[in-house]
Amino acid sequence: MTTLSIRRLWKEYADQVVLENVNLEVRDNEFITIVGASGCGKTTFLRMLLGEERPTRGTFLIDGEPLPAEPGPDRGVVFQRYSVFPHLTVRDNVLLGLELARAPRLGRLFGARRRAALAEVDEMLHAVGLYEARDKYAAQLSGGMQQRLSIAQSVIKNPKILLLDEPFAALDPGLSADMHKLILGLWEHHKMNIFMITHDIKEGFELGTRLLVFDKVRLDPQAPNAYGATITYDIPLGVCGKPLLDELTTQTRRTERFVNKLAVA
Amino acid sequence: MRRIINLRPSTGSAVLLAALPFLLLLIAYLLGSSVRLAANPEDKLLPAFSKIGAAVQQYAIDPDPRTGEILLWADTAASLARLGWGLAISAALGLALGIVTGIVPYARAGLSAFIAAVSLIPPLAILPILFIVFGLGELSKVVLIVIGIAPFLVRDLALRAGEIPAEQIIKAQTLGASSWQLTLRVVLPQLLPRLLDALRLSLGSAWLFLIAAEAIAAENGLGYRIFLIRRYLAMDVILPYVLWITLIAFAMDYLLRRVTRAAFPWYAGNGK
Repeated sequence: MTTLSIRRLWKEYADQVVLENVNLEVRDNEFITIVGASGCGKTTFLRMLLGEERPTRGTFLIDGEPLPAEPGPDRGVVFQRYSVFPHLTVRDNVLLGLELARAPRLGRLFGARRRAALAEVDEMLHAVGLYEARDKYAAQLSGGMQQRLSIAQSVIKNPKILLLDEPFAALDPGLSADMHKLILGLWEHHKMNIFMITHDIKEGFELGTRLLVFDKVRLDPQAPNAYGATITYDIPLGVCGKPLLDELTTQTRRTERFVNKLAVA
Repeated sequence: MRRIINLRPSTGSAVLLAALPFLLLLIAYLLGSSVRLAANPEDKLLPAFSKIGAAVQQYAIDPDPRTGEILLWADTAASLARLGWGLAISAALGLALGIVTGIVPYARAGLSAFIAAVSLIPPLAILPILFIVFGLGELSKVVLIVIGIAPFLVRDLALRAGEIPAEQIIKAQTLGASSWQLTLRVVLPQLLPRLLDALRLSLGSAWLFLIAAEAIAAENGLGYRIFLIRRYLAMDVILPYVLWITLIAFAMDYLLRRVTRAAFPWYAGNGK
């Protein structure tokens, strides 16, 4: 049972408001996709969930408790790249999470305890379709396989929350469909909350139970950093029609153009 | 005619090309030597190969009449022991301090400026201090090597530790790693091949410091021998000694490279 409660959350840097007045209630076992133009605080929001960033104002509660100030095993993450360990084999990559929990001093299991843990690992590898590649080094895998591995690595820890930061953005379009099936299957089986950032609004509609749009409500060319982004749409799954998709695309493109123009200037 | 940058030698001609500079040097030596020896049969600067052969016989095969040791082997053993200790201690220091300053912000704040300053001290300038403090024995020579190359190793490994993608460090934390476990399972294993690379790069300086220390105060060792017989202009001994040192240095470099490749297959696979 995991719930998230975010009330009047602000994130500001010295001369820049990134997020303003974000309010969000998340129930148990939701699959939330987050879309929005670049520079609209999606990644900042994810980094806050990880514990890498602190909110400037407002409350951010997980199960009624304030968010811990650093990453921890209850919140797994898969980044767009670099989130597997190149020096470990596929098996050892997944085993690592179990070893860290069960062998505090050496971070390594031996003998019967290792074999027991490997049985769990192999089950997970079957589930994500990496069993055949189990003895390869992570560095030798293709991008799609690395992302599968990274997902398996996190899911075997049974996190309350799984954070996905554009996990499929660097993959071939053909691969995404497989990955969607994989992630949905794992989500149903392991009962966790998933937050997935994506650039692809269509992907956001296809996956998950709820779509959040992060966008700037006010665009002021004179003071572009004075106003932050907030959640402008909070849409439950199943109401995606073409008009809504077009509306969202238009909205976020407008902000994207604004942000890009500023970057050029 | 294609551009010269697009012309590649075949395997056979590549080997020939590689051997060519060595051959040219050899020919130049032989010519120079015969010209000088024709003018003055007592010339010591470019001795004939027969003379060098006799010196090799005396130093590398026959035992020394005074000590009963074969000098080349005794010198090699003494030098390699010093070099080995120096490299081992430097590597350990480099790893420990490199990791700590690379991943612990407080350690970086406290130590990195100090290490940078220490690395700028010319090690040979403090050699007298080392002789005064540690005596003329083995310790001062090992310490000179350590002072000479450890700061470089520390700084290089700290940089390499910093190059490990932040994503990996965060990922490890979300898998429950403590700082210690993170060091042990994520950072250290990825730095080991980089340590071997850095050691290879610092071999040259390590030899430099070893020979400098041996030249100034020692009772045996390759550097000691060269500087001892320099007084007699004994090029017939110096040249084979230099060749021998070069050969050892080359062998060490080669060995380190092979060990890196064999022990860290994922590292070679990275394309580095």
